[in-house]
Amino acid sequence: MPVQKATERVNNFGEVALGYDEKMAVEEANRCIQCKKPTCIKGCPVGVKIPEFIQLIKEKKVPEAVSKIKEKNSFPAICGRVCPQENQCEKYCVLAKKKAPVAIGRLERFAADYMLDNREESYEVPSDTGYKVAIVGAGPAGLTCAADLAKLGHKVTIFEALHVPGGVLMYGIPEFRLPKNIVKTEIENLKKLGVEIELNYVVGMLDTVDELLEQGYNAVFIGTGAGLPYFMNIPGENLNGVYSANEFLTRTNLMKAYDFPNNSTPIKVGEKVAVIGAGNVAMDAARTALRLGAKESYIVYRRSQEEIPARHEELEHAVEEGVQLKLLISPTEIHGDKNGWVKGMTCINYELGEPDASGRRKPIAIKGSEHYFSIDTVVMAIGQGPNPLVLKTTPGLELNKYGNIVANENGQTSKQGVFAGGDIVTGAATVILAMGAGRKAAKAIDEYLKTISNN
Amino acid sequence: MYKIIKKQILSSSIKLMEIEAPKVAAKAKAGQFIIVRANETGERIPLTIADSNKNTGIITIIFQEVGYSTLELGRMEVGQSVTDFVGPLGKPSEIENYGEIICVGGGIGIAPIYPIAKALKNAGNKVISIIGARTKELLFWDDQMRQISDELYIATDDGSYGQQGFVTDILKNFLEQRKQIAKVWAIGPVVMMRAASNITKAFHVPTIVSMNPIMVDGTGMCGACRVAVNQETKFACVDGPEFDGHLVDWDLAERRLNMFKEEEKVILDKKLWR
Ligand SMILES: Cc1cc2nc3c(=O)[nH]c(=O)nc-3n(C[C@H](O)[C@H](O)[C@H](O)COP(=O)(O)OP(=O)(O)OC[C@H]3O[C@@H](n4cnc5c(N)ncnc54)[C@H](O)[C@@H]3O)c2cc1C
Ligand SMILES: Cc1cc2nc3c(=O)[nH]c(=O)nc-3n(C[C@H](O)[C@H](O)[C@H](O)COP(=O)(O)OP(=O)(O)OC[C@H]3O[C@@H](n4cnc5c(N)ncnc54)[C@H](O)[C@@H]3O)c2cc1C
Ligand code: SF4
Ligand code: FES
Repeated sequence: MPVQKATERVNNFGEVALGYDEKMAVEEANRCIQCKKPTCIKGCPVGVKIPEFIQLIKEKKVPEAVSKIKEKNSFPAICGRVCPQENQCEKYCVLAKKKAPVAIGRLERFAADYMLDNREESYEVPSDTGYKVAIVGAGPAGLTCAADLAKLGHKVTIFEALHVPGGVLMYGIPEFRLPKNIVKTEIENLKKLGVEIELNYVVGMLDTVDELLEQGYNAVFIGTGAGLPYFMNIPGENLNGVYSANEFLTRTNLMKAYDFPNNSTPIKVGEKVAVIGAGNVAMDAARTALRLGAKESYIVYRRSQEEIPARHEELEHAVEEGVQLKLLISPTEIHGDKNGWVKGMTCINYELGEPDASGRRKPIAIKGSEHYFSIDTVVMAIGQGPNPLVLKTTPGLELNKYGNIVANENGQTSKQGVFAGGDIVTGAATVILAMGAGRKAAKAIDEYLKTISNN
Repeated sequence: MYKIIKKQILSSSIKLMEIEAPKVAAKAKAGQFIIVRANETGERIPLTIADSNKNTGIITIIFQEVGYSTLELGRMEVGQSVTDFVGPLGKPSEIENYGEIICVGGGIGIAPIYPIAKALKNAGNKVISIIGARTKELLFWDDQMRQISDELYIATDDGSYGQQGFVTDILKNFLEQRKQIAKVWAIGPVVMMRAASNITKAFHVPTIVSMNPIMVDGTGMCGACRVAVNQETKFACVDGPEFDGHLVDWDLAERRLNMFKEEEKVILDKKLWR
C-alpha cells in the first residue's frame, strides 16, 4: 500500500498510509482464492463475511461490498485502519502459510473510504418501539451498541464526558493513523439513525446510572473505556516534562496542540523524548513526539523486540520515521534540574526469564546495571485502568479485582437493566473487541427490553 | 451551547459571568468546579463554581484574566455562548457543623471561598471570613461575604481598603487570640495557601486548601492535574480539588503551574487582537 515517505511524514500530521486506488484494490482482491471453508473469518472477532465482500470488490461492486461488511461491522473505515489484522483475519488466511496473506484490512478500508468519498448513504429510521436506552461513553463500544439499538427502533441517547464523541478514536489515536474526519463522518451517520449525543455530560457527576434509570431509560449500557492513566510510582514522576500518554495524546489530538497557537492548548516537547512502554499507545506517543519537533524519540521497553505488543505495521512505521528502540531496560528514577524539569533518568537493564502467566518471557532486572540516560521529556505509556467515576456512583455493580466491571458474554452486569462492554469490562484491548462487545450487548438489551412492560 | 446571561466587571482584570447551564446548576455543590471552552479552538479551562441557582439554572463564575484563554473568555459578551461547559467536577467540600471556622479567600480565591462559607453558615457554623487582595481595586464581593459571615475581616497589601497587610497576618492574629477554631479553609494563590497552611499547622488547626493545577479533561483521564499529598500522587480533579493543606507538597504544586510559561508568551504574542 502506498505510504507517505518517512522523511516527509515526520513533519506533518497527515495520514501515513494512503490507501489503495480501485485498480490496486481489485488486483489485491483477485489474490483471494475464495476458500470453500474460509479460515480468515474465524480470526475476525465480529465474523465479517470476508470472502464475500472481497468477491464483490473483484466485481467492482464496491457499495455492495460495504453493505456486506456492515452486516457485521458498523465502522469499516475505522477498523480497516486500526485493527491488528496480522493477529486476526490475515493471520488465518490460507495464503499466509506460503506467501503474504490477502490484505484484508486494506481492502476493507478501500471499500469503506470509497463509500465515504463517493456516496451519501441513505438510512431508514425504523419505527419507534417506545423503549429508551442510555449509553454512557461515546467510544467504539458505545457507538456500536447505539447503532444496533437504533436500527431496532429503540430511542438511544449517548452521554459523553468530553466535548467530542469518539472516545480513544478522537483523543488517543493520532490523526496520522486515523483521520478525525473519518470518525466524525461515521458519527454523523449514526445521528441520521436518530441517535442523540449529549456531550459534556459526565455520568456520575451529573446524573448517575440509577438516576438515568429513574428518568425513564429502560436500560443503560456502560462503555466508559480504560481512561485512567497508570504511572510507575518511581521518584521524579511528577517533574515538569513527565506526561501520561493520555495527556500527551489528548493535548495533541483532541485539543490540536500540534497547531498551537492557532489552537490555544499548548504542549511542550523537548529534544530527547523517552516513551516508556511498547504498545500501540507508546508507538503513537513516540511518533507524535517526532512530529511535534523532538530530535530524538525513544521507545523504552523492558522486554525484547519479540514481545512488543504494538501492531507490526505501527512498529515498522515508527522505526522508519526514526523512533529508536531501547530494549530490555526500564527507568527506576527520573531526575530533574533545579527548576523541576526532567533532565534524565536512571535505567536498569533486564534479561528475560521463563514465560509468565501471560505466556511472555518474564523480565528480570539485572542487579547493578543501573545507568544514566539523558532525556528531557518522558511519556508514560504503561497502560490504563478503568476510570472509577461511574463505577463508584453505581451501587450494586460488581467489579473484579482490577476494578473492571464484571459482565457476562452478553454484557449483562450484576445490576438488572445495566449492561457494559469494551475496555471497561476487558481492560485495555482493541477497537474491534469493543465494537464486538457493544454489538452483543445491543442484542441482549433488545431481548431484555422485550421482557419488561412497555410504558 | 451555554449562553452568557450576565457579565459584570469586578475589577480591571476580574470578571463575573452568569452562564445558563441548568443541568450543572441542578447538581452543583460547594467546592466543585466546571471546565469551560470558549470556542472551537479554545483551551479547556477549569473555574470554580462561585454560585449556582437550581431554580434559574444559572452558574456564576468569576475569573481573573491571567493568560490568553481567560482574556479571550473575558472578551465575550452577554448573549453570546461558550461552546462547552462541563461540570460539576471535583469532590464537594465536606460541609458539617464544625463549630467556629475561618474562611480565608485571597485574591481570586474569594470566588471559591464564597459558596463554601455560605454552605458552612447554612450548616450552622460560626463563620469568620478573612478576604484580601493586593489593592482595593482587585477586591470584590465583600458585600456578599459580609452577608454570610458572622465576622468579616478585610486586608489589602497596600492598605487601600481594610487593614494593611496579608490575609495570613489576620489569620495568625486570630489564631493567637482565639483557640477554639475547629477548621480553616484557605483558598487563593499557591503562595497564599502555602503560607496559611504553615500558620495553621503551628496552631494544629486542620486546614483545607483548594488546589488549582493545570488540567485538561477534569475527569481523571489524563493525569495532568497531579499533586502530591502526604507523598502520594493524587489527581486534583477527582481526588480534590480540596486537600489537607498540611500535607500538600507546595514546591511541586508551584513548579507544575509553570509548565507552560513559555508557550503562554508565544500565544499572547501571536494571537493579539484589537
Ligand atoms: C493511543 C491509543 C492507541 C490505540 N491504538 C489501537 C489500534 O491501533 N488498534 C486497536 O484495535 N486498538 C487500539 N487502541 C485501543 C482502543 O482504542 C480501545 O480498546 C477502544 O477505544 C476501547 O473502546 P471503548 O468504547 O471501550 O472505550 P473508549 O474508546 O475509551 O471510550 C470511552 C468513552 O467513554 C467516555 N466516558 C468515560 N467516563 C465517562 C463518564 N463518566 N460519563 C460519560 N462518558 C464517559 C470517555 O470520554 C470516552 O469517550 C488504542 C488505544 C490508545 C489509547
Ligand atoms: C479547580 C480549579 C478551579 C479554579 N477556579 C478558578 C476561578 O474560580 N477563577 C479563576 O480566575 N481561576 C481559577 N482557576 C485557575 C484558572 O483555571 C487559570 O487561571 C486559567 O486556566 C489560566 O488560563 P489562561 O490561558 O488565561 O492562562 P495561562 O496562559 O494558561 O496561564 C497564565 C498564568 O496562570 C498560571 N496558570 C495556568 N493554569 C493555571 C491554573 N489552573 N491555576 C492557576 N494558575 C494557572 C500560569 O502558570 C501562568 O502564570 C482554577 C483552577 C482550577 C484547577
Ligand atoms: S482465507 Fe484468505 S484466501 Fe481464503 S477466503 Fe479468506 S482471505 Fe480469501
Ligand atoms: S485533569 Fe485530567 S486527570 Fe485531572
